[in-house]
Amino acid sequence: MSDNTAVLEHVKESEASEAQPTTRTILSGPAEDTPDQPTWFRQQREQGWQDFSLLPNPTRKDQPWRFSNVDVLNLASYQSGNLPSDHDRAQILEQSVALDGKSGRLIFANDHFLERDVLPESLRKSGVIFQPLERALTEHEGLVRRYFMTQPAALGSAKFAALHRAHVRAGAFVYVPRGVELDLPIEIFHWLADENVAVFPHLLLVADETSKVTVIEHFRSVEKTRHGFACGVNDLIAGHGATVKYVCTQRWNENVVALQINATTVERDASAMSLNLHLGGAYSRFESLSRLVGEGARSDLLALSVAHHKQEFDARTLQDHRSPHTTSDLLYKNALSDRSRTIFGGLIRVERHAHFTDAYQKVRNLLLSDDAEANSMPGLEILADNVKCSHGATSGQVDEEEMFYLLSRGIPEIIAKQLIVAGFLDEVIGRLSNSLIGQHLRDLIADKFRLDATRAAIAA
Amino acid sequence: MQQLEINNLRVAIGESEIIRDLSLTVRTGEVHAIMGPNGSGKSTLAKAIAGQPDYRVTGGGVLMDGENLLELGPDERARRGLFLAFQYPSEIPGVTIADFLRAAAQSRSPEGEELEATDYYAKLYEKMDLLDIDRSFTSRSVNEGFSGGEKKRSEILQMAMLEPRFAILDETDSGLDIDALKIVAHGVNSLRSPNLGVLVITHYQRLLNYIIPDFVHVMVQGRIVRSGDKELALELEEKGYDWIRDHAEEPVLV
Ligand SMILES: Nc1ncnc2c1ncn2[C@@H]1O[C@H](COP(=O)(O)OP(=O)(O)O)[C@@H](O)[C@H]1O
Ligand SMILES: [Mg+2]
Repeated sequence: MSDNTAVLEHVKESEASEAQPTTRTILSGPAEDTPDQPTWFRQQREQGWQDFSLLPNPTRKDQPWRFSNVDVLNLASYQSGNLPSDHDRAQILEQSVALDGKSGRLIFANDHFLERDVLPESLRKSGVIFQPLERALTEHEGLVRRYFMTQPAALGSAKFAALHRAHVRAGAFVYVPRGVELDLPIEIFHWLADENVAVFPHLLLVADETSKVTVIEHFRSVEKTRHGFACGVNDLIAGHGATVKYVCTQRWNENVVALQINATTVERDASAMSLNLHLGGAYSRFESLSRLVGEGARSDLLALSVAHHKQEFDARTLQDHRSPHTTSDLLYKNALSDRSRTIFGGLIRVERHAHFTDAYQKVRNLLLSDDAEANSMPGLEILADNVKCSHGATSGQVDEEEMFYLLSRGIPEIIAKQLIVAGFLDEVIGRLSNSLIGQHLRDLIADKFRLDATRAAIAA
Repeated sequence: MQQLEINNLRVAIGESEIIRDLSLTVRTGEVHAIMGPNGSGKSTLAKAIAGQPDYRVTGGGVLMDGENLLELGPDERARRGLFLAFQYPSEIPGVTIADFLRAAAQSRSPEGEELEATDYYAKLYEKMDLLDIDRSFTSRSVNEGFSGGEKKRSEILQMAMLEPRFAILDETDSGLDIDALKIVAHGVNSLRSPNLGVLVITHYQRLLNYIIPDFVHVMVQGRIVRSGDKELALELEEKGYDWIRDHAEEPVLV
C-alpha cells in the first residue's frame, strides 16, 4: 500500500462552541469578528461589506445577467445560521458519505465546522495542508493571505463576491507542496440545515509545482423545503506543472438560491480540470473564470445540469488565454424537463501574444419538454495569431429512432428516457477519467431521475 | 402451440400505402423467411409489427396468441415476447450494452424485484461466447462505432438474452462476410426451439443456407405474392425477382 492511501485516522473535533442563538440577517452588516482572526482578514470583511453596499444590484439589462431571473436575488430574509440541532447534526454526519476512498474530509453545516477526517500521516508529513479556513488563517496565515480572493469576480457577480468576503467563515484551505501527489480525493461537505440560512462556502486550493490533487465538494440540504442562500467562492491555483482536478456536486434543495464563483489559475505546463454537477437549487448561478497564465497551461471546464420543474441554471464562463501555447476545452451539457431554464454565457478570450492557443467551447442542450428553455450565448474575442478556436451551442430533443429502439426491447418509456439522458450526459463524466467519482456522479443523476419517476408514477 | 398472426395488414407511411393487404401466420417452432427486392416493404412490415409510431396501420390486424398487438405500445409488445432485430440498429451514445441489456431484462422482472446480478452475468457471458463477442463489448455504448458485423451480433445477443417467443430478423445477414454470417446463423440456430417462432427477412438466399427455413414467402410491393418451402428460395436465387414479377399469382404493379 502506498503512503498516500494510508488508512484514515478518524478525528472528531467539536470545535463548535455552544450554539449562540444570535442570528443576524446578512444585510445587517459583515459577520462579527472572532478574536483570533488576523487583522488583514478583518479588514477584508469590512472592505467586502463596503464594496457590497456600493455595487449596484444586477438587472437583466446588464449583459452578464441577460436572461437571468434577477428577482430571486432579494436577500433580505436570509440570516447567518446556528449550529444545527442535535438531530440534524446526527443526520448530517451519517449522510456525509460519497466516495469509498478519500484522503481526508471536512464537514460544515450552516457554515459551522462539524467534523473532519484528517489526512493520513504520510501526507501530513510531506507538508500537505487540509484545514478549515478559520484554522488555516492562524496556523498558515502567510500562505492563506497570499492567495485569498486575489482573483477578480469578472463575470457579473462582483457584488456577491464582496458579500462573500464580508461573511465568509466556513470552508477549506488545501495546500499541496511541490512534487506531492494525492492518490485519493479530498472531500468537503457543506450543508444547509435551517430555514432562511445563508452560507458562504469557501475553498482555497493551492497546488504547488508538479503536485497532483483532486478535490470534491458536496453542497447539500438537510431537508427538502427550507429556504436558503448559498454564496460560495472557490479559488484553484495550479502551480507550474501541477495537475488539479476539482469536482462539485450541487444538490441544495429546490428552494435554495445559489451563487458559485470560481476562479482557476493555471500556470506554466499545469493542467486544471473542473466538473460541476448542478442538480439542486431554485436558481443556481455558476461563474467560472479560467485563466491560463503560463505557457503550456491547460484547462478543462466541464459541467452538467439536470433541470426540472421551474429550476433555473445560469452559467457564465470565461476562458482567458494570457500566454502562448495554452489550451482550454469547455464542455457543458444540460438536460431540461418541465418548465426549467438554462442560460449559458461563455467567452473565449485570447489575449495579444497568446499565440498558438487552442480553445474550444461546446454546449449541448437536451430538451425533454416543449416548455423548457435553453439560452446560449457563446462568444469569441481573439487578439492573437495562429489560434485554433471553435465554439458552438446546440439544442435538440430525444431522437425518436433511439427511443423506439429502447422501447422495442421492452424498456418502458420513462426508463428509456432516463437512459438516453444519462447517456447524453455521460460524455462529460467520461472526460474526468476517474471511475470512482464518475460512478458517484452517475448515481446522483440517477437519484434525481428516480424522484421524477416516482412523481410520475404517483401522478399516473 | 402459439402463433403470430398477421391478417390483411395495411400500413401507410405518410400518405403512401406500403403494406397492402398482407397475411401471414408464424407458429412457435417454425422458421419463416420473407424474401423480396429492396423497397418492397419488408422493413416496414417488421417495424409496424414492432410498433414504430410513424407507421400507420390503416387496415387488418396483428395478433399474438389471440391478443391484438396493435393496441399495445412497442415496449408492451416486446415484454409480451416479440423481438425485432433491426436492419439498421440505432446508436445510443453513452449508454453501455450492459446498462441497456440490464434495463431490458429488468423491465421483464416483476415490479420491485431486482435482477439477480450473478445469474444475469453468467447468462450474458455464455451468450457472448456463443456469438464470439469479446467481454469488453459490454462497456461500449450501444452500437456506437460498431462495425456492421458487431451491430448484427449485438442484435442476436439481445435476442438471446431476452428470450422472445417471436423474433423478426430484418436483414441480419446484410453487410456480413461469410465468417460473420456463420456466427450469426449459428447463434440463431442455437436459439431455435419449439417455443420460438422466427421470421427471417432477407434480400439474398445465402443466409437461408445456414438458417434453414420451414417456409419461404416472396414479397413484392407490399404483399406476399408467392409462398413455398425452402426450394422456393433457391428457385428465386436462380431466376431472379423478375421471374416472380412475371409469374405472380396475382397481378403485381411494377
Ligand atoms: N420513413 C419513411 N418515410 C417515407 N417512406 C419510407 C420510409 N420508410 C420506408 N419508406 C418507403 O417505403 C417503401 C418500403 O421500404 P422498406 O420497408 O424499407 O423496404 P425494404 O425493407 O423491403 O427494402 C420504400 O418505397 C421506401 O422508400
Ligand atoms: Mg429493409
